[in-house]
Amino acid sequence: MLAIARAVVYRDLLLAARRRGDVATALLFFVIVASLFPLGIGAEPNLLRAVAPGVIWVAALLSSMLSLARLFAADYADGTLEQMLLGAAPLGAVAAAKAAAHWLVAGLPLVLIAPLIALQYDLPAALYGVLALSLLLGTPVLSLVGAIGAALILGLRGGGVLLSLLVLPLYVPILIIGAGAVEMAAAGLAPDGQLLLLGAALVLAAAFAPWAIAAALRISIE
Amino acid sequence: MLEAADLECERGGRRLFRGLSFTLGPGELLRVAGPNGSGKTSLLRMLCGLLAPSRGEVRWGGTAIGRLREDYSRQLVYLGHAPAVKDDLTPQENLAISSSLQGISFTKKAIREALERFGLGAKREEPVRRLSQGQRRRSALARLCLAESVPLWLLDEPFSALDAAGVGLLRALIDAHVRRGAMVAFTTHQDPGIEAARVIELGLAS
Amino acid sequence: MTTSVRWFWYASPQTFFPLAGQIARWSAVGAAAFAIAGLYVGFFVAPTDAQQGEAYRIIFIHVPAAWMSMFLYLVMAFWAAVGLAFNTRLSHLMARAIAPTGALFTFIALWTGSLWGKPTWGTYWVWDARLTSELILLFLYLGFMALQAAIDDPRRADRAGALLAIVGAVNVPIIYYSVQWWNTLHQGASVSLTRAPSMAAAMLTGMLLMALACWLYSIAVAMLRLRCLILERERE
Repeated sequence: MLAIARAVVYRDLLLAARRRGDVATALLFFVIVASLFPLGIGAEPNLLRAVAPGVIWVAALLSSMLSLARLFAADYADGTLEQMLLGAAPLGAVAAAKAAAHWLVAGLPLVLIAPLIALQYDLPAALYGVLALSLLLGTPVLSLVGAIGAALILGLRGGGVLLSLLVLPLYVPILIIGAGAVEMAAAGLAPDGQLLLLGAALVLAAAFAPWAIAAALRISIE
Repeated sequence: MLEAADLECERGGRRLFRGLSFTLGPGELLRVAGPNGSGKTSLLRMLCGLLAPSRGEVRWGGTAIGRLREDYSRQLVYLGHAPAVKDDLTPQENLAISSSLQGISFTKKAIREALERFGLGAKREEPVRRLSQGQRRRSALARLCLAESVPLWLLDEPFSALDAAGVGLLRALIDAHVRRGAMVAFTTHQDPGIEAARVIELGLAS
Repeated sequence: MTTSVRWFWYASPQTFFPLAGQIARWSAVGAAAFAIAGLYVGFFVAPTDAQQGEAYRIIFIHVPAAWMSMFLYLVMAFWAAVGLAFNTRLSHLMARAIAPTGALFTFIALWTGSLWGKPTWGTYWVWDARLTSELILLFLYLGFMALQAAIDDPRRADRAGALLAIVGAVNVPIIYYSVQWWNTLHQGASVSLTRAPSMAAAMLTGMLLMALACWLYSIAVAMLRLRCLILERERE
């Protein structure tokens, strides 16, 4: 089972490497969204510092969702998704592997770029660690939970927008806790509670989401 | 070994077939014939487990396939309408990955030989995007060369988009597999002229 | 023995059709009766509130609507789960029938909450915990309905919606608590619509009567909608 999961991750990474443009676009989207806010709300430093955690988290959310729409779509279109359903490993393992590959390509880079955005917002350097850690724990949850939505909308018209409607309500708790962690740290309080909650969310998502993704895939493929 | 019991298929509000029962034993070849839209693909997908019948069940070795899940999928190879190859990967990479997913062990040499057998030796390191329809289909069929140990082959319109040489090659593969004591079921709406130990023909009138 | 057989007999849409009509009729009568009683208590019997004056009376609609919106989501998710587990068509149709009513109550809760906010706090929208949770609940309902509308194949639509409803139901408590925490974190001028005026007995009676009225109304409307869905689906 692990060998097959590894093969799926390797395959998705290989495909992403062959389509570097797509990957870069999603990351660029993250940067653009974050850069739009100051243009909209004014560049007053105190204001920007206050909204930075929320803005960065929202941008991460939107960017993650943008790339999720394509998670299963290409495989569904060329028939390779069916083959994964008929593979030798439990579908849950394959689903978890796909979500993991998505995170490596579309989530982890956000964690790495976030400090640069934080710089744009003049967030104190002391908070970079909490910001990166909150995103590190939160983005895999976004990938896992979002994959459930991505599996449900296979082959439907209006896929991307419908996906956002389905998945954003489920993202709200992660957004609140993730941004909240950075805001607590900014206020001088310890963000431990929030970070632990994010960790717990990650464990729960890793345990249950693959099952839901597999069920959704079976429903959609019929 | 493969048993279909009282299968009923309902798609888009129409009942395509009902009360369909048959068995497929080792060394038997099943050909599913019928006009377009008669439910051939649906039947094959039911046999795979991708589609649930509205009534009846499919059994493998006496147990319902719904209960067997991966234990059943591991014992079959399904080739659907779409070639199921990634455009961005080469035939070699595609074959390696589809075999890994299926739990079939392989060597680089075996992959090269399989692709050469289907006339893709020269093209095996080019992205599938640049191949013709026929070459794509052959790239997908090359999986069968590595699937000699898999007891059940379910092939949906495998002869489409193939030239005479390709048809001959596929016929030989299916023949050899059936002679080995395995089971093959395929759909077609033309007569491919396959000789095998036993042929069961189902005409699914719409 | 006979009871379990009868359950599955009623699970057939055709057999349930006439029963649904009967239930709808009686529930509608009950709903009207309770609504009249509840509104009478709410508008004439319950005393004027010391701080909020007459404007507070909107809670007689706001609170029952909010209760129903949450309750109906759980009922919808329950029927969705039954449908997935037992593969019964009628259960899926029940979930489909409930959704629009649930969304309506959520919208009513938001709208009445907004109307309450204006005279009380001077603003039409307050980001308090309950209203924000209601807003997200509205998105959950709309997502369910949008997903089912986007899928042509009825079987896939039923099952996909069911899975979404169950995932949503699991998340509702998580969303509620995280929004509560978010509200305390950003407590500015502690504005909260959840702090209802201290309940006189008459006020509580009024709200309970209205809650019963809303519940019976939901049943009536769901049954009628169910009958329409059965007619659409079971054309044989």
